[in-house]
Amino acid sequence: MAARAGTSVIRRIEGLSIIVVFLLLLGLFMYTAPHVFFAPFIYTTFLSTLPPLILLAVGLTFVIGAGEIDLSFPAIIGFSGFVFAVLFKEYQLGWIAVAAGLAAGVLVGLLNGLLIAKLGLPSFIATLGTQFLWFGMATVLSGGKSYALRGADESTVWQALVGRPLAGVDGPPWLWQLPMQALWTAVIVAALWFLLNRRRFGEHTLFIGDSNEVSRVVGINVDREKIKLFTMMGLLAGIAAIMLTLENKNYFGNQGQGYLLTAIASALIGGTSIFGGRATIIGTVFGCLIIGMIEAGLVASGLTGAWVRTIQGLVFLIAIILYLIMEEPQRRAAFLARFRPAGRRPTPHPAAPPEPGAR
Amino acid sequence: MARAVTDRDARPPAGARRADAFTDIVRMESVQKYFGAIHALRDVSIRVGRNEIVGLIGDNGAGKSTLIKVMTGVLPPSAGRLFVRDREIDLSDYSVRMAHDLSIETVYQDRSLADKQPLWRNFFVGRQITGRFGFIDIKRQKAIAEQILLKSIGFRGAGITVDSTVAELSGGERQGIAIGRAMYYDADLIVLDEPTAALAVKEARKVLDFVAEIKAGGRACVYIEHNLANVHQVADRLIVLDRGAVVAEIRPPDTSVAELTDFLISIQQHD
Repeated sequence: MAARAGTSVIRRIEGLSIIVVFLLLLGLFMYTAPHVFFAPFIYTTFLSTLPPLILLAVGLTFVIGAGEIDLSFPAIIGFSGFVFAVLFKEYQLGWIAVAAGLAAGVLVGLLNGLLIAKLGLPSFIATLGTQFLWFGMATVLSGGKSYALRGADESTVWQALVGRPLAGVDGPPWLWQLPMQALWTAVIVAALWFLLNRRRFGEHTLFIGDSNEVSRVVGINVDREKIKLFTMMGLLAGIAAIMLTLENKNYFGNQGQGYLLTAIASALIGGTSIFGGRATIIGTVFGCLIIGMIEAGLVASGLTGAWVRTIQGLVFLIAIILYLIMEEPQRRAAFLARFRPAGRRPTPHPAAPPEPGAR
Repeated sequence: MARAVTDRDARPPAGARRADAFTDIVRMESVQKYFGAIHALRDVSIRVGRNEIVGLIGDNGAGKSTLIKVMTGVLPPSAGRLFVRDREIDLSDYSVRMAHDLSIETVYQDRSLADKQPLWRNFFVGRQITGRFGFIDIKRQKAIAEQILLKSIGFRGAGITVDSTVAELSGGERQGIAIGRAMYYDADLIVLDEPTAALAVKEARKVLDFVAEIKAGGRACVYIEHNLANVHQVADRLIVLDRGAVVAEIRPPDTSVAELTDFLISIQQHD
């Protein structure tokens, strides 16, 4: 019984273990690269560069929590970003370009949802397919060109979405660098936290991730919720695309490709279960901060950029293994059983549910 | 095992409906169900009286689970008619949620609860108590879940709270939770799909008490069971399914458990 009580204390603070890891890593980089990590500008830089990653990873937190996966969001960033960039630059459509970029993301996400819920394709395959489709489509339509949005920072769209509202005010210069996208991202992430933890849709998402079968018999419309899930992911990728394009003042077709692994890794490092049924928004945000900080921290500590992916991959694997051991008692038991001498069969963990084959 | 849970607001107004005049809580007529080429239900017609315990028996694959899934809105039938309280249901919009609204509850052997979710979410999923802006009223749900937990059957008790996940429970505790949930919603028809399959003898005993209590409370139950002695003891009427069709209806006083067993073996050996 002590074990039951013990786990609940740790669970009470969402994402506690990942927050501790984040602080340790921050301490490490403050030690190895004090000139960077004790100056404010590294943090204002994070605020301007991390929002697209955070939006994608938080969206994936829902998708993975539901036991699904979306591999198509880098292509949505390419496609949705193209729609936005061409309307914004070539046709000077301003906010209409923003709306069109978002609508493109929503449509692609909706199509993913329909393929998965109505045709019953596994999400891995469906979104792998649409990833090629929309990435290809963006390349065909743009002719492989990039769009430089020179002068974009004079538009109200730019000012409102990725502007620096405090530029030039009295006060320390890092205040001037505070970007709007950090504010919007904070608002969206807070709203999504409530959506996951306090709304029917979030609860249904986690039940679907736990078991489609149970979800159906308790009256959840599994197909409809999955369509909503992928549509929401499309919308978030659309927002990320527009932020990214405006922040860089440039569109290029490949702009989303670097996010595939980092966004998935951020969600999983944060503690969202790859097996579905458990998801944490706060964990994901700290997962993103860790992924982003590793990149900056390693380079600032004197390692070359080539190390970044290696270390990120390593951290990712370690995190997944730790979660597996901590939170999946039956898998842990099965894993440990392999190291015991034959004949001394371990007694099953009392909390372990029956073997999957038994149902 | 008192059924009284103080907070009744979240439940459908069962009392009001029970005063309506009806003969059968549920009736199915000529129901067919195909899964592709497999004919899972063949022209099934059954009725369940408003205060009747109906045992549903038959071998594995006889169609018992499919039948109750059609009855409770999980699966749509391929053809046929369904009546609840003698009123025909439009099958195109029948669903689990509608079955809940019609005061029909189901307890599945091992598919009623989601493993990684806390108990309080499991109690209310599908019909959450929400505030004015659609946010789940967690405080209220937990308070009611706490009450259900205190009165639920099959508990060793110690260490389990409404925040525990289902994965932390034993088989008996799970079944106790699933039945406790069905009791809380105070349904007019409770469907039990092999509720004793994963239970120790003592825990199974409590499930049978629960079925007797349904009868005493003036409500109805459809009870799927492998253990013929159990079902023979509590059912008013037994319906025997074989390969998707109803092959016999038996009144327990007319047939002993031994005769029943012989009969079930004989229909298996027919071809």
